[in-house]
Amino acid sequence: MDFLFGPFTDNEFLRLSLVATCIVAVTCAIAGAFVVLRGLAFVGDALAHGVVPGVAIALLAGFSGVLGAAIGAAVMMGGVGVVNRRFRLSNDTAIGLLFVGMLALGVIIQSRSESFAGDLTAVLFGEVLGITWSDIAWQVVALVVVAGTAWVCRRPFLLLSFDEGLAATSGFSVRRFANILLAMVALTVVASFQTVGTLLVLGMLVAPAATGALFGRRILTVVAIAAVVGVVSSYVGLLLSYHADLAASASIVLTAVVVFALAASIVEIRRWLEHRRDIHHLHDHPHFHEHVHH
Amino acid sequence: MSTTDDSPSIVATSLAVGYGHRPVVDGVGFTLFPGQMLVLIGTNGSGKSTLLKTLAGLLVTQGGELSVLGGRPGTQPSRVAYLPQHPVSSHTLPLRVEDVVTMGRFARRGLFGRLNDDDRDAVARSMQRTGASAYAQRPLRDLSGGQQQRAHLAQVLARGAEVLLLDEPTAGLDVAGRRLVADLVEEERARGVTVVMATHELGDAETADAAILLAQRVVAQGSPGEVLTDASLREVFGFTQPH
Repeated sequence: MDFLFGPFTDNEFLRLSLVATCIVAVTCAIAGAFVVLRGLAFVGDALAHGVVPGVAIALLAGFSGVLGAAIGAAVMMGGVGVVNRRFRLSNDTAIGLLFVGMLALGVIIQSRSESFAGDLTAVLFGEVLGITWSDIAWQVVALVVVAGTAWVCRRPFLLLSFDEGLAATSGFSVRRFANILLAMVALTVVASFQTVGTLLVLGMLVAPAATGALFGRRILTVVAIAAVVGVVSSYVGLLLSYHADLAASASIVLTAVVVFALAASIVEIRRWLEHRRDIHHLHDHPHFHEHVHH
Repeated sequence: MSTTDDSPSIVATSLAVGYGHRPVVDGVGFTLFPGQMLVLIGTNGSGKSTLLKTLAGLLVTQGGELSVLGGRPGTQPSRVAYLPQHPVSSHTLPLRVEDVVTMGRFARRGLFGRLNDDDRDAVARSMQRTGASAYAQRPLRDLSGGQQQRAHLAQVLARGAEVLLLDEPTAGLDVAGRRLVADLVEEERARGVTVVMATHELGDAETADAAILLAQRVVAQGSPGEVLTDASLREVFGFTQPH
């Protein structure tokens, strides 16, 4: 038992990390469910990288990294919208352009400052073991806002996941609610990057929600499964990180991806067994078999 | 904004439809009263879907006049239901058929209205009518194309609309499914619903009140007998109907 719980009872910093990653896991589960259903993984990735130059400038100029991240995400979202609408380029081209542009800008800013290398590493890979109570308070606020937004907008979000035309003909503005959904994803990214890092936040957005979408049949079930997977991955990842001296945020995200791989394998095995049962059923009922084929 | 039995459901006068500022079809004109049906017939890319999307309010009109239930298209979502061509998301959406059909009621309840017994009854009834109740608890993505189309039809019917805009509703359906769609359309018309249907099936025009033959322009419009002549069919499709 000491192996499982000792690290958390003995170390306050690890307890704080666990609390923070669990809050991030639940926030990512809510936003991630709609990211997976609406197919926004690339946008989520772009937003995660879009915050890098914002944070870099904030740290260089001496203001809040979270504020810098929020500005970076806003520029990213606005830029995608402008390229998409003004130049009639496809959404993924617009996202790809802004994605590499913002990432390159972040690296260039980093390259101009020798002392900044360590900070950038923390931005990219998170600082899960350096979480403070004030970070957690800010993450709780983000969780409440994301959960409230998802609850209020669940109908237009679901309609957008199904068909934009249906959303529009149901009386919901596609542009307004698509932007609200993007803003919700951006807030999730901004609230999560300190914990799991901008390079790995997509893993927490997508992997648990994808596992949820394998088994869940209702949006609430998808979110609930994603939250459980995210929380369990946080715990297992931190434990692995502590005992095996591994990078903490990468361990958490890798655990979430491994959980998805295991869940997908179970689904595949179940399908294979059902297929075999159907084949046996046809062999056991040759008349039915003949009827089917003739 | 409401209409009575005496007032037309849809009036189009010299209507031009298209994308951006580029008209695909112009000169469309028709008047439909409650219970009447208009079929749009034409080849792929002829403008059928563009016209339907304009009637649904998804595209702005490029010219002319268009009134749906006495107002601008798209302004009365709970009274007009639109069936688009097969949504791509159907292949990935993990949600149950029942929940997808329930989405058809969101137009009536908006953001905050609670779904009540009327909504649940409408969902159950529409699934029963389309045969989708047999797989109501299964995820949409696990169904065949025909079963998905029945679920989409149930979603449209669940709205309880006064105008149905159907874009190739028989796509992916077998003979029984096609028969079912024809019966459902007749039932809806009998209760006063106005139907506009894009189709590749010339037979769908048999019970219609009006037809428009499209080929990126209006080849002919009027009663089905006036529109589906040997000359017009040969012009659009290169063949005529067997007599």
